Amino acid sequence: MSDLHRLTIAQAGERLARGDLSARELTDATLARIAATEPAVHSFITVTADLAREQADAADARRRRGEALGPLDGIPLAIKDVIHVRGVRSTAGSQILGDFIAPFDATVSARLRAAGAVCVGKANCDEFAMGSSTENSSFGASRNPWDLERVPGGSSGGSASAVAACQALGSLGTDTGGSIRQPAGCCGVVGLKPTYGRVSRYGVIAYASSLDQVGPLARTVDDCATLLQVLAGHDPADSTSSRHPVPDYRALLRRDVRGLRLALPREYFTEGMQPEVEQSVRTAVRQLESLGARVEEVSLPHSKYAIAAYYLIATAEASSNLARYDGVRYGARETDAANLLEMYRKTRDHGFGAEVKRRIMLGTYALSAGYYDAYYLKAQRVRTLIRHDFMEVFATHDAIVTPTAPSTAFRLGEKTADPLQMYLSDIFTISVNLAGLPGLVVPCGLDASGLPVGLQIVTRPFEEETALQLGHAYEQATDWHRRVPTGIAA
Amino acid sequence: MLARLELTAAEEDSLAHQLGDILAYIETLQEVDTSDVPPTAHVVDSENLLREDRVTNAPQVEAMLANAPERDDHHFKVPRIIE
Repeated sequence: MSDLHRLTIAQAGERLARGDLSARELTDATLARIAATEPAVHSFITVTADLAREQADAADARRRRGEALGPLDGIPLAIKDVIHVRGVRSTAGSQILGDFIAPFDATVSARLRAAGAVCVGKANCDEFAMGSSTENSSFGASRNPWDLERVPGGSSGGSASAVAACQALGSLGTDTGGSIRQPAGCCGVVGLKPTYGRVSRYGVIAYASSLDQVGPLARTVDDCATLLQVLAGHDPADSTSSRHPVPDYRALLRRDVRGLRLALPREYFTEGMQPEVEQSVRTAVRQLESLGARVEEVSLPHSKYAIAAYYLIATAEASSNLARYDGVRYGARETDAANLLEMYRKTRDHGFGAEVKRRIMLGTYALSAGYYDAYYLKAQRVRTLIRHDFMEVFATHDAIVTPTAPSTAFRLGEKTADPLQMYLSDIFTISVNLAGLPGLVVPCGLDASGLPVGLQIVTRPFEEETALQLGHAYEQATDWHRRVPTGIAA
Repeated sequence: MLARLELTAAEEDSLAHQLGDILAYIETLQEVDTSDVPPTAHVVDSENLLREDRVTNAPQVEAMLANAPERDDHHFKVPRIIE
């Protein structure tokens, strides 16, 4: 097998531009890599080989005509299965959408299509993006390419494992409470959750609408910047998408980090976290300091309430969003029902998995009369305090650096029996969604078992370029991003 | 029930237990004094965005009905509602 699948987006782009590699060769090599590794890793719910070859041939034809579209033209990518790609099945990891064919492109898919990107498949995820391991997928869990007995993280676990296993050069995920960043950390790849509103959510199957955000995963910070450039920007079809100007992310990538003021929140180095995670992150912070950044310890006092607030707000929004799966207009329908109400109830009971039901129950409870003030409204007030904590730090600091998760990738089955333990894997990522901020994760070490550790860099709203700048500087000074997963053949 | 889920007795049992644990954890929020704190529903500054009221999407009745579990001509079909 060739080594083409190992190319980064930037490297592949240069070779495509030089003409010593065709998009079809690159796509065929990627599809061969998928065929060879997919039985072990299971990153995909649907592999779109025909679509990929068709798009690759079109990219080659454009290049022959001298009409190449830019850095993503002919680049094979994976797209999380909550994001619609016209004509392709969108399941959201749920059997209730097992046969659902997307009748239109999500705006992000349309933007990738317009940039010439090649879609190799729809990546596996926890059902409706609810989970931290992909074990809640109706289509079976994905495996971590560093150790096949471990989870790749979630919910965008397939998007992360596909990039780590070189089954795609980059991917799209979604992040509601850490679903891009936690799997990126678990799989040793780069993942970015943009500011809420930076990227359109149109055509993305909704989980919690005030928190959901689409973002890229790739093997370098530079590649994430290239992807974000295409994804970011206002979309008339999403009223929450921002009109804030989109900078040239790659042009701003190589700026010196000297003088940037970094904050290290003491609440993110908690008792009970894996000691090697803390060591790796502190070493990474010292590295940034040696590059000229200034580091100061700060406090984000309401951090410990983030998970509780999140599980009220997110589940409340989810219970409303998921009301649409009633077996009427699309999705699986349970036909053995005497009347409409029974049809709804049976359809939903059979169609949804255990975690989705738990969250719908919790959400309807939090919103119900008599509990609304004590739960939902209380959580929204605490959300204000959490956001305020961040903004106070950002008055004097340019970025906040933290671990991505309290431990490296856990074993399959380790947390499935105890939902609360599973929720706690997102303890360092969830606040960022509540505050609507951008967060970048870059690999920053390996633990004693050889599993990746992720460093999270959080910045002010719409200052993705600062997180990317810091991540890129760190990447240039270290080689963690060049380590190859040990659980599968290279 | 609001959630419109038909749960088996076993599901109800394990859910009651798990939701009990989760709600006990969520109780920690009551420690926080939020008496003067406004709620955040959305982090985006909301402003009214006006646009011309015109149809922007082409009709795609067939594409939309293609995913219907049951249809009758151009309609979604459901079980009897009025007994």
